[in-house]
Amino acid sequence: MNLNEYKGVYVYVQQVDNKIDGVALELLGKAKDLAKDLNTDVTAVLLGSDVRGLTKKLAQYGADKVILVDDPALKDYRTEPYTHGLSSVINAFKPDIVLVGATAIGRDLGPLVSARVKTGLTADCTQLDIGDFPLKAMEGKEQKHNQLLMTRPAFGGNTIATIACPDNRPQMATVRPGVMQKIDKIADAQAEIIEFNPGFEENAQYIEILEVVKCISDTVDIMDANILVSGGRGVGGPENFYILEELAEAVGGEVSCSRAVVDAGWKPKDLQVGQTGKTVRPNVYFAVGISGAIQHVAGMEEADIIIAINKDETAPIFDVADYGIVGDYSKILPMLTKNLKSYAAMEA
Amino acid sequence: MKIIVCIKQVPDTKGGVQFNPDGTLNRGAMLAIMNPDDKAGLEAALRLKDQYGAEVTVITMGLPKAKDVLVEAMAMGADKSILVTDRMLGGADTWATSTTLAGAIRNLEYDLIITGRQAIDGDTAQVGPQISEHLHIPVISYTQKLEIDGDYVIAQRQYEDRYHIVKAKMPCLITALAELNEPRYMTPGGIFAAYDAEITEFNRQHLIDVDDADLGLKGSPTKIAKASDKVRKGAGEQVNLDPEASVGYILEKLKEKHVI
Repeated sequence: MNLNEYKGVYVYVQQVDNKIDGVALELLGKAKDLAKDLNTDVTAVLLGSDVRGLTKKLAQYGADKVILVDDPALKDYRTEPYTHGLSSVINAFKPDIVLVGATAIGRDLGPLVSARVKTGLTADCTQLDIGDFPLKAMEGKEQKHNQLLMTRPAFGGNTIATIACPDNRPQMATVRPGVMQKIDKIADAQAEIIEFNPGFEENAQYIEILEVVKCISDTVDIMDANILVSGGRGVGGPENFYILEELAEAVGGEVSCSRAVVDAGWKPKDLQVGQTGKTVRPNVYFAVGISGAIQHVAGMEEADIIIAINKDETAPIFDVADYGIVGDYSKILPMLTKNLKSYAAMEA
Repeated sequence: MKIIVCIKQVPDTKGGVQFNPDGTLNRGAMLAIMNPDDKAGLEAALRLKDQYGAEVTVITMGLPKAKDVLVEAMAMGADKSILVTDRMLGGADTWATSTTLAGAIRNLEYDLIITGRQAIDGDTAQVGPQISEHLHIPVISYTQKLEIDGDYVIAQRQYEDRYHIVKAKMPCLITALAELNEPRYMTPGGIFAAYDAEITEFNRQHLIDVDDADLGLKGSPTKIAKASDKVRKGAGEQVNLDPEASVGYILEKLKEKHVI
């Protein structure tokens, strides 16, 4: 493998039902930073069926080039034709870096492609930088420059590691949604469109989709929420959750909960934050009547601002909260909701 | 039907997370358990065994003490167990791990391979799909429901806002979500039998179609540049005010941070 042949920062553009997933635009934003450090350009790789119409948007969000693999075999996501498509693009165009969203698709496609093209893949990155490997020069060991340094949490968020892929190309990472920033849309941006089709012939690795079942999403994904109002056992019962829901509505957020609430049957598991639930990183996390067991904290401590309200001043949640309020949520929240509503009305 | 279940011994981060006084993780104080997604995968295999009379083989790669999870799997009802262990396998990343397990699995007959979606220590979700690639068999990741229909697996493949009902011809590999089922407990009889049961040990020489250069730390494309136990964020402010003043305090902070 001649590493110098590999150039450019590539982003796999996830689309579902011919709609670009937000994480792809976030990755284009990050790719632009990395490309600037490496003095190279950004290529979006778009796979799908009848998706040419999406290329303009990719240009507007930072792609200098778009490699378009448009084939009826790529209509719905299936591991095999997509792996073949992306692997073929990598083998033909030799990118230095390939970024993939850490979604239920990307966490399938990424491992398959990395195994097929024989390179490393770092999962669920929260930070990407260009730097040296090893980080510090060591005697008797070559220090490589301009490496992709991929930082990710492990152990349920209890440790963080920075990983490099110094001897294989491309350097591949999946990146969690919501971590990187997309750029402001550049309305008249143009990208070079490169059509590429490696040919899709069914083989033994293909599976058949019998049915696509869309889940009715009256339950929004709490991982996408900017603000979460999260309730614990201290809320007192399912009948009291309306107080949290009203606050969530007033701030444009969503309601989530702790494991105790799910175990008690007050709320469905989709809304559970924590080690055995979801890991969330909203801008603001209201922890209402949540004691703050370590398993819960592991799922929410990355929130930018944590506001805890609890009657018990010794509750462990106060150890991670930026702002801790000792008090009765059932008195505080309704008043807060009312104030926020009148504040919003004033701003409007 | 022959089923292989890949399992991993992991430190228990649930309930047993221990910290040192400086806020770093105290690994020595944590229990080693069977990875939860893998246990769901094993349970799925055991249910197929109950239903169709399958033979279930569990396989793990690790240090000799990883035998503990094989014994547990046997006590739950697995028929055979294999420990893949060798000094030269140490330090493997997902690529080298999947290469090793695929090399071990090439010794065995199988219709279905089941892995957990991901392990709670690494959380990568990579090893299962990568094994399927090395073996050139189809993969169904994120399986939330599983049935067998003749030579085919019918499964629900979970995505964020939907699921696909998919059909794959065996042999194939599925990665199991913990939601797939509620794993059974070991039975006392099973526990006694498991301690007497033989565990097959595979070493380097048993791995088929694998180069030394692709194993262990040396065979791992990814290298750790830096690792640290995360220093947890300390406590912020704490106030104890009447409800009205509490509301004022929250509003002030939300404004200060430009949330409103």
